[in-house]
Amino acid sequence: MTLLSANAELIITVVKIVLLLFIVLTVNAYLTWFERKVVAHMQSRWGPHRVGPHGLLQPLADGVKFLFKEDPTPAGADKFVYYLAPLLALALALTGLALIPFGPDPIRLFGHDIYLGIAPPDVNIGILALFAITAMGVYGVALAGWSSNSKYPLLGGLRSSAQMISYELALTMSVVGVLLMAGSFNLKKIIEAQALHPEWGLFGWNVWPQILGFFCFFVAAVAETNRVPFDLPEAESELVAGFHTEYASFKFAMFFIAEYTSMITVSCLCSIMFFGGWLSPFPASWTFAHYLPSAILIPFGLWVIWDGIRYETLFGRIILPGLGTAFAALGAAFVLLPNVNEFIQAPFWLLSKILVFLFVYVWMRGTLPRFRYDQLMAFGWKLLLPLSIVNVIVTSFVILAKMTWWGAK
Amino acid sequence: MVGCEMTVPLAVFFVLAALAVIGAISLILQKHPIHSALSLIVVMIALAGLYLLLGAEFVAAVQIIVYGGAIMVLFVFVIMLLNAGIEEHTSISKMAGVPGLLLVVALAGFVAATIARSTESIQATRQSGEMASTLGISNMIFKDFVYPFELTSFLILVAVLGATVLAQREKS
Repeated sequence: MTLLSANAELIITVVKIVLLLFIVLTVNAYLTWFERKVVAHMQSRWGPHRVGPHGLLQPLADGVKFLFKEDPTPAGADKFVYYLAPLLALALALTGLALIPFGPDPIRLFGHDIYLGIAPPDVNIGILALFAITAMGVYGVALAGWSSNSKYPLLGGLRSSAQMISYELALTMSVVGVLLMAGSFNLKKIIEAQALHPEWGLFGWNVWPQILGFFCFFVAAVAETNRVPFDLPEAESELVAGFHTEYASFKFAMFFIAEYTSMITVSCLCSIMFFGGWLSPFPASWTFAHYLPSAILIPFGLWVIWDGIRYETLFGRIILPGLGTAFAALGAAFVLLPNVNEFIQAPFWLLSKILVFLFVYVWMRGTLPRFRYDQLMAFGWKLLLPLSIVNVIVTSFVILAKMTWWGAK
Repeated sequence: MVGCEMTVPLAVFFVLAALAVIGAISLILQKHPIHSALSLIVVMIALAGLYLLLGAEFVAAVQIIVYGGAIMVLFVFVIMLLNAGIEEHTSISKMAGVPGLLLVVALAGFVAATIARSTESIQATRQSGEMASTLGISNMIFKDFVYPFELTSFLILVAVLGATVLAQREKS
């Protein structure tokens, strides 16, 4: 018993890591489903709809497929680096997510305060540590391209490292404005700095004074995650599949999971730094807004039940109403348990914002064509970087003026 | 080691130090430039870990972002761009070998002497918060040492301009 209580912190952290891993991998799997569905509907197709009701079991089928595919290694590959690259990509992407705080208040369980999020909430260098991890993330892609000993991957790896060098600068400079306004690198303090005026609601968020910074950050972050329209390292029409051409089976899946995890991390960062993180968009006095999670979950659950009972397969007629009942029951539980409802407000808003950004990612993929290489370089160096520097200078002057003339902060 | 308890920070220190030394040796011994670059990255990260152990969080993060990230990515990029292959090994020249060995012995002696003289402070000493925090560092850079700092940045700017001029093609 003493051993258990002495190592309680350690055990809690390990449990949290396992839990977050499980959640992230599941969310990743369903993110692929979400992406395929949304892009399909944008292109007037149905998307996955064969495996399970509405294609909901497609991610599972994909996972099984990844596991059982043959896993060849190219003849001239540099074995060590070839095996290291996907591991590096996945490990770094997952580590980044560990630094995100998902809620302000701890749950009290067995006499321990358990915070949502793996890193303790007082990490002083939160955002810097995240940048350090994204800075290392490029090696996964670059080394994968190099070690495959093949032309297309090498070109993909080259493009990726050039792209990372160019956009890393703009990415880092664009958040300086936010850091100046918060006066801290700590992600929790950055959110708290946006809650100075609880009555302003969403007008207190950083995105209004830092709209330029947000633009630069989001564009640079999309480029860092190698997503459309910055997916030059894996451009299908030019480089077969770019840096992961020679990867198959689960090593390919690792790159895939890493990319989707980075998407989630970037969405978290956008919400936290510019959109108030877990803050509600409504003024604090609007207490009825606290029933919004239920007001969304219950009708959604009922709609799923309604849709499910008319579904064409028997499996769907069982599963979909079941899911709908679960959603509706969850919504009802939030109404009936006021304590729980108060607690889930913060995570609910953060998750909603993350979902919106993930949708924007997919939306961009369905809308924008890929940049040409010279356009990419010109855009990064000649537009994003100067804009983000201007943002830093303007923000600094405004803060200095506030301090000098109004004595604020 | 008398009176030197094996605490957790000390154990972490030895792991990181060993990692840094192994990385540095591997950097020299590896035959392929990419493997050497990877070893250098390991050294950089181990150093960042040591800074973190000393309580210098900001310096540790910047070490990884600037050296581990930006600069080493540039190295890897150039190696990949030039498609550099395995190094050709020549026999070590005797002219370089003898003075080199002497220098190594001298350096090792110097380091050993320094460590021997300061047995008290060999335990990882945490920097005081004032020195290590972002506020402390910016106070030092922008107040106490603002002129040397600006001079250094000017020097780097000159170097960048020089490189740009050199890299530009002759206009015919």
